[in-house]
Amino acid sequence: METPVHKAPFHKVRVKTMMPPGHIRTPAYLRGKVGVIERPLGEFGNPELLAYGHQGPKKPLYRVRFTMAEVWGPGAETPTDTLDAEIFEHWLEPVE
Amino acid sequence: MPHDHHDHDHFHHDGMSPSGHPYRADNDTPLTYWQTMEIAVREILIEKGITTPEEIARQIDEMDARSPANGAAVVARAWVDPAFKTRLLDDASAASAEMGFDIGGLRLIAVENTDEVHNMIVCTLCSCYPRNLLGLPPDWYKTRAYRSRAVKEPRKVLEEFGVTIPDQVKIRVHDSTADMRYIVLPARPAGTGSMGEAELARLVTRDSMIGTGLPKTP
Repeated sequence: METPVHKAPFHKVRVKTMMPPGHIRTPAYLRGKVGVIERPLGEFGNPELLAYGHQGPKKPLYRVRFTMAEVWGPGAETPTDTLDAEIFEHWLEPVE
Repeated sequence: MPHDHHDHDHFHHDGMSPSGHPYRADNDTPLTYWQTMEIAVREILIEKGITTPEEIARQIDEMDARSPANGAAVVARAWVDPAFKTRLLDDASAASAEMGFDIGGLRLIAVENTDEVHNMIVCTLCSCYPRNLLGLPPDWYKTRAYRSRAVKEPRKVLEEFGVTIPDQVKIRVHDSTADMRYIVLPARPAGTGSMGEAELARLVTRDSMIGTGLPKTP
């Protein structure tokens, strides 16, 4: 049983580091990175199934905000600039 | 960043006519697997009466008819009508539909440029773009160079577009990774107080709604 991700804005989440094959809409450059929920977006069809003609249950989608410092480390162009991306809930884990 | 006049940059690929005008080589190479697949599926759908060539042509026409003028009209309305702006930032799909722009299944988010924040849109995974409001994306938007650099060095990319963002203004890059599409609501240029909505819309460029440009000044 997976730990449910906190859904409210400003909650810290980490993008899972898994690297499964297939049609994945979680960019590799964000895997393992910690961000905060910017807003929940509702539930959407799971692209990992839809890409292969399967339906399956809809999945909650979130906008997650990362700092450039978190994404690029010391190489960040401007560490306090930010990046928002849409990440499905099953790709997020809570950060204590 | 390169702009979208590729056919005039690549003489060495495409050759030059005797009069010195560059031309594109004939596309008489064999079809790729996916081109063959597209033709096969299209022919089957037509044979089975599910669609018609006219319907396909009409759809292509509709796609080509969409232009950044649609987005510009939405931006200009937001500049003159504070209540509309509030609705746009709250639900850009509904606000655009209110103006008669068919958003289809698209979920649109408008992000506002202010004195503190400059927004910029990219799709690192492919070419997600608010086509219903801006038409087809420019070629550079789909290049690996823009897609990889916009998230890594947005300020440098903006400099190449001729846009310098002061250090105290935060850059907020939006990677359209899933079901949302984004449009930047640029800040209304100074000195436009007396201008009407239609006149304002002409200041709104495509790039200003992607975040790689700023609106024109009067």
